[in-house]
Amino acid sequence: MAELKYDETGRLLFTEEMKEEYTILVPTMLPIHFSMLVSIFQHEGYKVKLLDTQNSNIVQLGLKYCHNDICYPAQLSIGQLMDAVESGEFDVHKVALLMTQTGGGCRASNYVSLLRKALKRADMEFIPVVSLNFSNLEKNPGFVITPSMIYKMANAIIYGDLLMCLHNQTVPYEIEAGSSQKLVDKFAAELNEDFYHNKSMGPKAIRRKMKEIVKAFAELPVTEKNKVRVGIVGEIYVKFSPLGNNNLEAFLLKENAEPVVPGLLDFILYTADTGIEDQKLYGGSMVRPIVSKILIDIFAKIQKDMIDTIKEVEGFHAPSTFKETKNAVKGVLDYGVKMGEGWLLTAEMLALIDEGVNNIVCTQPFGCLPNHICGRGMMRRLKELHPEANIVAIDYDAGATQVNQENRLKLMLSTARRNLQ
Amino acid sequence: MYSIGIDVGSTTIKCVVLDENKQVIYKSYHRHLALIKEKIAELITQVKAIFPNEEQWRVSITGSASLGVAEKFQIPFVQEVIALQIAVEEYPEVIDVVIELGGEDAKILFLTNGVELRMNGTCAGGTGAFIDQMAVLLDVTPDEMDLLALKAQRIYPIASRCGVFAKTDVQPLLNQGALKEDVAASIFHAVVNQTIGGLAQGRELKGKIMFLGGPLTFLQGLQKSFKDVLELDESTGIFPENAQYYVAYGAALYAANEQALDINELEQRLLQEEELKQYASTLQPLFKNQQEYTDFQQRHAQADVVRGSLENYEKSVYLGIDAGSTTVKVVLIGQDDELLYTHYAMSNGKPVDIVRQCLQEIYQLNPKLKIAGAAATGYGEELVKNAFKLDYGLVETVAHLTAAQKFMPDVDFIVDIGGQDMKCFKIRHGAIDTIFLNEACSSGCGSFISTFAMALGYSVEEFAQKGLFAQAPVDLGSRCTVFMNSSVKQAQKEGASIEDISAGLSVSVVKNALYKVIRASSKESLGGKIIVQGGTFLNDAILRAFEQEVQGEVVRPVIAGLMGAYGAALYIKGLCLEKSTVLSVEELKDFHHEASERICQLCGNHCRLTVNTFQHERELIAGNRCERPVQQGKEGKLDIPYNAYLYKRKQILLRKSNKGKRGKIGLPLGLNMYENYHFWHPLFTELGYEVVHSPFGSRDLFLGGQSTIPSDTICYPAKLMHGHVINLMEKQNVDKIFYPCMSYNIDENISNNHYNCPVVAYYPEVLAANMQSLQKVKFFREHLGIHEPKAFVQRMSRMFKEERVSKREIKKAADIAYQEQAREMEKLKAYGREAIAFAREHKVPIIVLAGRPYHVDPEINHGIDQLITSYGAVVISEDCLPLAEDKLQVKVLNQWTYHARLYNAAQYICTQPDMYLIQLVSFGCGLDAVTTDEVRDILEQNNQIYTQIKIDEINNLGAVKIRLRSLFAAIEQRNSQK
Repeated sequence: MAELKYDETGRLLFTEEMKEEYTILVPTMLPIHFSMLVSIFQHEGYKVKLLDTQNSNIVQLGLKYCHNDICYPAQLSIGQLMDAVESGEFDVHKVALLMTQTGGGCRASNYVSLLRKALKRADMEFIPVVSLNFSNLEKNPGFVITPSMIYKMANAIIYGDLLMCLHNQTVPYEIEAGSSQKLVDKFAAELNEDFYHNKSMGPKAIRRKMKEIVKAFAELPVTEKNKVRVGIVGEIYVKFSPLGNNNLEAFLLKENAEPVVPGLLDFILYTADTGIEDQKLYGGSMVRPIVSKILIDIFAKIQKDMIDTIKEVEGFHAPSTFKETKNAVKGVLDYGVKMGEGWLLTAEMLALIDEGVNNIVCTQPFGCLPNHICGRGMMRRLKELHPEANIVAIDYDAGATQVNQENRLKLMLSTARRNLQ
Repeated sequence: MYSIGIDVGSTTIKCVVLDENKQVIYKSYHRHLALIKEKIAELITQVKAIFPNEEQWRVSITGSASLGVAEKFQIPFVQEVIALQIAVEEYPEVIDVVIELGGEDAKILFLTNGVELRMNGTCAGGTGAFIDQMAVLLDVTPDEMDLLALKAQRIYPIASRCGVFAKTDVQPLLNQGALKEDVAASIFHAVVNQTIGGLAQGRELKGKIMFLGGPLTFLQGLQKSFKDVLELDESTGIFPENAQYYVAYGAALYAANEQALDINELEQRLLQEEELKQYASTLQPLFKNQQEYTDFQQRHAQADVVRGSLENYEKSVYLGIDAGSTTVKVVLIGQDDELLYTHYAMSNGKPVDIVRQCLQEIYQLNPKLKIAGAAATGYGEELVKNAFKLDYGLVETVAHLTAAQKFMPDVDFIVDIGGQDMKCFKIRHGAIDTIFLNEACSSGCGSFISTFAMALGYSVEEFAQKGLFAQAPVDLGSRCTVFMNSSVKQAQKEGASIEDISAGLSVSVVKNALYKVIRASSKESLGGKIIVQGGTFLNDAILRAFEQEVQGEVVRPVIAGLMGAYGAALYIKGLCLEKSTVLSVEELKDFHHEASERICQLCGNHCRLTVNTFQHERELIAGNRCERPVQQGKEGKLDIPYNAYLYKRKQILLRKSNKGKRGKIGLPLGLNMYENYHFWHPLFTELGYEVVHSPFGSRDLFLGGQSTIPSDTICYPAKLMHGHVINLMEKQNVDKIFYPCMSYNIDENISNNHYNCPVVAYYPEVLAANMQSLQKVKFFREHLGIHEPKAFVQRMSRMFKEERVSKREIKKAADIAYQEQAREMEKLKAYGREAIAFAREHKVPIIVLAGRPYHVDPEINHGIDQLITSYGAVVISEDCLPLAEDKLQVKVLNQWTYHARLYNAAQYICTQPDMYLIQLVSFGCGLDAVTTDEVRDILEQNNQIYTQIKIDEINNLGAVKIRLRSLFAAIEQRNSQK
């Protein structure tokens, strides 16, 4: 049994011994992406379990163990982890909990501490909490991310974005129900294999693999693509997580709409990009901006290859590149706005409109601070610039009800259809 | 073929029938009492009877409460805003804007110059349900309230964001004796403000405006308020006939394009098919069977008190009066603490009348009565105490504790849920240790249940009774009223019965108390011995839900509703007075009460005071924010000269600026500008600008900018910024405004990073995007950081290039500014030391009023600083205290400068025996969800009392006073134990 070790501030560490013995529980955000990310960790010898629970106990526990005014994503992801440790399914002395941490000025940086507080309230302080961050925040001897893992993770995210994009464009039209999802599962499994064998890693191999994927989706039998396209943007968790947004994508599909979801990589690149903008605004060392620039260049290039591959086939809409998205917000919001989703949120709405997707759902946790600025705060400006934009802001919260959310979504959809006529 | 449109709103169902020529030939309007499917079936039966020859109909249904039925029975559905739009398009004139207020939804449609359709967000009041709730509070029907409003003389500021907020404003107004007429009109006014602020969100309301929906059809007072505020005349303000039917009419028009369907068949299906129970209840029934309930009743019946007969009682008696927010309780006890008389009545805004009747009755029952002592407690304590010359007034927390200890001397925890407020307190060593009050937002009290019951068409008792044996109580979450309304709607959609909803609401009230107000994670954290009391716990459903939730038995005294009054009587008995000063039979005969108004001139707040005069001689002032007007003329109290909040405000006013060679530059005095003013002012003065700032915040200032606020759930300090900017442009004719974005704050080396919160950091971006008038001035809002002096000079000189300011000039000015800012900080610390020394010399408590620099604003703190000094304590702020030598060790990620100061202050206080921290928290502040728990943890681990005060638009300090007085009572008790 692994010994409990603490650092000088009294933080319980995840030790190398634990890496052998413990299972790391991970709350879900994006099903497609996260399954691939988790397998990268598994290949490195970690025991990782991605939680796919969706029961109502999750939010109850979130409310019980977190401050009720904390953001909904914190309540859900902490609730999901607490639900798992209380479920009896795991040996609580052999699990660790993973939580992401950006270190930005948004309160989301605090989820790790809030999770520890929750464990304390539940008398389970012996469970180590592992912070997944790229900002030099908490470190753990048993949890080290190597450059090769970072490279693989970024690739997994790009592949995930590609699969999500193609899935969204085929699922509303597929003739055989479930055929699109089958393709997603097939490629996700193949990619996991590839990651394990370090295959499909070089730029050329990636392009080849992407072509194969796009081709497969293009060959999927579909009906005429004529549905209202609806963009989904917002706070990262409620934007992507079905648990967070009450299965928004499924609802849109049911209402005969096609969801358009800007990918996860843009958020990662945006986070790296803030380091560059920060240096421009406030001076300081050039090391971080230079490293950031290199990383952004590498992955933006792969993203561009991915987008070009989509463009090559007919009948698919390609998403905007990171550069296009960033340019879209120029003159509207300063790049200095970098907390939470920051300028990216506004940029994604503008990029969607540029792509011809005028109908947008801006998802936000109730009372989300960055959203006050970059979501709701920018709606008026967007309307001035693009009178054709049809944007609805939806709040998600433990107390918000689906019927109210759906009614507002229906209003947006009705307006979209009227505009179409 | 005819068309029928059915509009199912939150409380009513409306129907319109059109003939082939789109002429309305029938319409109806009913309350549906949440029986959606049944009412639709009933409606169809009626329509069939009226038009017996029609079989094929075109049907469409609309309204949020109909979503479920529409789906299940495949009736064509049209979203209600779209239905509205279709209806208004038929109107003979071109309409620019439509405002529709429904039961729980509010909608706005901009139809010209860019169509925009909008609904209220999830946290928004100002609708019909809100008006109904307010009418209940005034104890009138909505129609009567309307008549009252038309006779109003003045308007009080009332927050309208949600019903709970408004109640907090309205109730004390009533208790203070404000006229119902004025309150009624103020409520309508609040609705208008809410519509402009929450719904229009920065888009101007102009042109022809049409008003629709139930409340705007029936309530002339509301119509008048809209006309007044929006300055509308006959031609621009359109109130069409049958406004409540527009949505149904639109649905009927929409139906005309739908497939025809067989109405008989639809009727049959509606009547026969049961709605499936879709919702999965995770809650257990409150009681499995009658036996369980009987056992439960018997167990609780044991917690009783001895009773005696008042008639012929010869010994001295003691009177306790609890003038609560919605009810008045009167208790008379004898020598053995036995109950001789009790009375429990709704106050209906007139507590004085009720108490007078009680006293008369008491004197009648026993003319020879010897009252040895009389005490009052509760919201109306001051009023009742003065009116009837009672001997003593005590804060309600102390009254409740006294009563609870009578039932359970070693009680650990008291949970009191009254009509309007929730008071929970932890007891340690027989004294109140921590107090939890429901803050402005969290509702879930008695009046919440009763308004809910009434809205659904039941009495409270009936409604509660229904829940006892519900098989599958609905899980409704633990949020505030507005959310609860929609949760209920959702449950109805999923087929929950009234029984399940009733039981679910009881569970919600309990969860709200436990998880939101007390923030308890387990029964253990409450302690083993719990007493529950307050009128709400007389409801067995709620009591049972509470026991289920804490998984144990608790004690509910049979007199749960009278505990405050009982405690007051016990307390006064303990003081062993000879004879009470309470009005005698004779004095009571010519009792006279009169209320008038005057404006207080004692400070810049200029509170509007309500002056109650009793017997033409005794005066009681209400409506005051601090105690000064009350204490004026009273002697023997130490005047507290130290208030760091006042000091900080003065320091801002002390900075003067002369006409400058570069013209005027305006600084909006809010958020971080409060602190950074001491940097920017010297900087711009040195650069040759005349520096002007907007005034301290005020209600009027807020209203000036209200229409441009895009997010109605953002904190009040941010909302005020709009008014500040408008003031600079309109009142001070500034053509340059400087308000930079600042991701980072200064680094005080006690935290891992030194961010500002997102709102403070980027609010200038929001102003620029939402205030068109800013385009007329030069608005300097670029991103700057003063934490890096070198980069600052670079950026600043680029920013001011157009102004022809050289880099050298900026460098020089910046040097001065940095020095000035540091000096100002040092001065503040020195002030803090002086204040502490003064307090120690005079042995008065030191209150560290901890918040943010901008909480200094009198409109943001509502005069709490002065209220505290008027209670005889010194007030310092968190930044008066010395900073720790090194980075703080805390359990949260510590990376915001302002927030780090809170942790610093909390840790420092733990080493000081005479300092007490009160944390000011702005409603909606996301980061304080993190800081409040951490500050509380730091203090409680060190045996310190933690007090938190939530502040928002709400003007009334009723709840704040309870907190403060309870805190001072606890401090006193602690000191006496030492």
